[in-house]
Amino acid sequence: MTDAVAATPQVAHKGKDTAEERVSYLRAGHSLTSWLTTTDHKRIAILYLVAITGFFFIGGAAAALMRFELISPHGMVLSNEGYSRAFTMHGVIMVWFFLIPSIPNTFGNFLIPLMIGAKDLAFPRLNLASWYIYVLGGCFTLYALVGGGVDTGWTFYTPLSSMFANGHVVALIAAVFISGFSSILTGINFIVTIHTLRAPGMKWTRLPIFVWSHYSTSLILVLATPVLAITLVLLAAERLFGVGVFNPALGGDPLLFQHLFWFYSHPAVYIMVLPAMGVVSELVCAAAHKRIFGYAFVAGASLAIAGVGFLVWGHHMFVAGESGLAATIFSFLSLVVAVPSAVKVYNWTATLYKGDISLDPPFLFAMGFIGLFTVGGLTGLMLAMLAIDVHVHDTYFVVAHFHYIMVGGAVSAFFGALHYWWPKITGRMYSLTWGRIDAALIFVGFNLTFFPQFILGYLGMPRRYHVYDPSLQVWHVMSSAGASILAVAYILPFIYLYAALRTAKPAGPNPWGAAGLEWTTPSPPPKHNFEGPVVVTHEAYAYENAPPPRERQ
Amino acid sequence: MSEAASKGVTLEEPFARRDQQREADFLGMYLFLASEIMLFGGVIALLFADRFRHPGAAEQAAARLNLMIGTANTVILLTSSLFVALAVAAARAGKARAVTGWLIGASLLGLAFLGLKGVEYAEDLAEGIRPILGRATPGALFINLYFTATALHAIHLTVGIGLMGWSAARVGRGRVKVPNQSIVIEMTGLYWHFVDVVWVFLFPFLYLPRH
Repeated sequence: MTDAVAATPQVAHKGKDTAEERVSYLRAGHSLTSWLTTTDHKRIAILYLVAITGFFFIGGAAAALMRFELISPHGMVLSNEGYSRAFTMHGVIMVWFFLIPSIPNTFGNFLIPLMIGAKDLAFPRLNLASWYIYVLGGCFTLYALVGGGVDTGWTFYTPLSSMFANGHVVALIAAVFISGFSSILTGINFIVTIHTLRAPGMKWTRLPIFVWSHYSTSLILVLATPVLAITLVLLAAERLFGVGVFNPALGGDPLLFQHLFWFYSHPAVYIMVLPAMGVVSELVCAAAHKRIFGYAFVAGASLAIAGVGFLVWGHHMFVAGESGLAATIFSFLSLVVAVPSAVKVYNWTATLYKGDISLDPPFLFAMGFIGLFTVGGLTGLMLAMLAIDVHVHDTYFVVAHFHYIMVGGAVSAFFGALHYWWPKITGRMYSLTWGRIDAALIFVGFNLTFFPQFILGYLGMPRRYHVYDPSLQVWHVMSSAGASILAVAYILPFIYLYAALRTAKPAGPNPWGAAGLEWTTPSPPPKHNFEGPVVVTHEAYAYENAPPPRERQ
Repeated sequence: MSEAASKGVTLEEPFARRDQQREADFLGMYLFLASEIMLFGGVIALLFADRFRHPGAAEQAAARLNLMIGTANTVILLTSSLFVALAVAAARAGKARAVTGWLIGASLLGLAFLGLKGVEYAEDLAEGIRPILGRATPGALFINLYFTATALHAIHLTVGIGLMGWSAARVGRGRVKVPNQSIVIEMTGLYWHFVDVVWVFLFPFLYLPRH
């Protein structure tokens, strides 16, 4: 285990006594103002958690509306345009207001300084500013939603979005544009923090995989997000002023929009899944009570995914008008991404081999992630092949594929992270039984919702339609039934996690018997994270020195 | 860093040492500028794509732009960057008056750039080079990208002028002390050099593809 011992006193900050340092971050102030003006990364993480949870349920409500509508092949409650607006809201909110910030801005924010032995992120005020920017973007989204929504789909393809779509297109792209700055500032903060604020002895090779994943994610946040920003600016200029860049009638070219959009939006998938992979690496090691197998390969795989991820955007455009040569190269590079992804999956499996495994909720969520991510990844390989992609392009096969990655993968990992670090964040342990039930419900509900969509897609059901051939109804009903299980499984943690806050016993600093700097400090951590100066003397995942898990103590 | 040299430098909360804080400030700024480069990179990529696919139309459209003003503005902006570099050197040497002087000089050159750009826009519009064509004509995409790229650059330039004016005022009134707080001048300078470098790329891509 990495030690937090007072070996060499560091430069002390003025005006601080040791008693103040020991107060838990949750007790450092109780007023609303103390939360809204905080620069403590742990409190900002909680602010993000509250905000993204709100958006998760708004986006989820749109999904519930769609699944309800699709029970009948003839449509029940929504007009064609109403259905288009529902899936656009679902997509925009889930991608930009839940998935992109989900793990980085909550758990990354909370844990990166704790994991590297720092007092805070490098730029604490910038961190708070990024939350306000996110909320401002969220306000624009809510305005567009209340104003009736937008029917372009989350991809905002031109010239539909720039010339023909009704609704608050400009408000919604303004929302996405604004939230992008929140992403960029967070990415800068993470990279600078990891470079400059590692505790003495915390070498790069001792960083937890979670930190490596967030480093890779941050590179994408900083370098890809501005390309989306300029794309949306050009789109707004075309819609508002008729400055033709993407519309052929004005001298533009719609393919230019697709290239720029996917240059961001494909790496954006890795913004969602790389932090999830970081979470799963921590969860697997904690469950197996072992050092991760092949540390250097798992860490390097994150960087490889981030790097190659910049070069695969063309696979979204195989049928949009791309040269055969370009399509072949993009196809090949997309297949290449599977290599570092598989390295991770194999290394997690190898970590578990002969491990001393605890079947705690975080581990069950991690197993759910590995299974669902593997299915999503393998169908991704199918979609990367030109002939298959032409067959299933714009069908439910694609919808099912990316939900396996983004919901089965990223959201499972998000819940896994919530269950793993909840005792650290709140100081309270929840009901493990309910946690296990919830992990199982999410896995079952997810597969029932999305596996039928692979079949639907292969049978030719196009995405974005709410009226379909009655022969396909059985698969749609199955999917909607699964969605209702999923809805219960997503709401359930609210009850038992909230109950834990009220009634549960203190969790103690290290309930899972995990290695890692964040488990050496009290739960919840003091305002400045550690009670004394931190000096790291061990490698990452030094499980030979970790205490046994709580239930075996 | 010795205690005398770092006197007056505020050590912000998460940092334990002043050199660590300085490294973080520079790295943060470089990353921000990297993201800005990607922002302009989007427009420049479209310019490349347009010129690759419609070389004749793009070159004809480029030939209509005012090369004289474009060249004059390039010289002005490069000179302003020299002034900013001298301001940073003066800040490190602790010469507050020189810092203020060079920054004001660079700001005035920035304003001169904007003024000339305004004249150029007016001439463009008078000659029928307009961003709002409303119909597809050869070279329309190039002209639209010209207006978008230069307007985006002008916005960044305006921010840069504001930053330099503000820094000059703070140094002039003694709110920012040099050399101890020369980080303020160094960061402002980096931003201005970035604005300059963007123009160094926009100028050849917009004005020089003629013949």
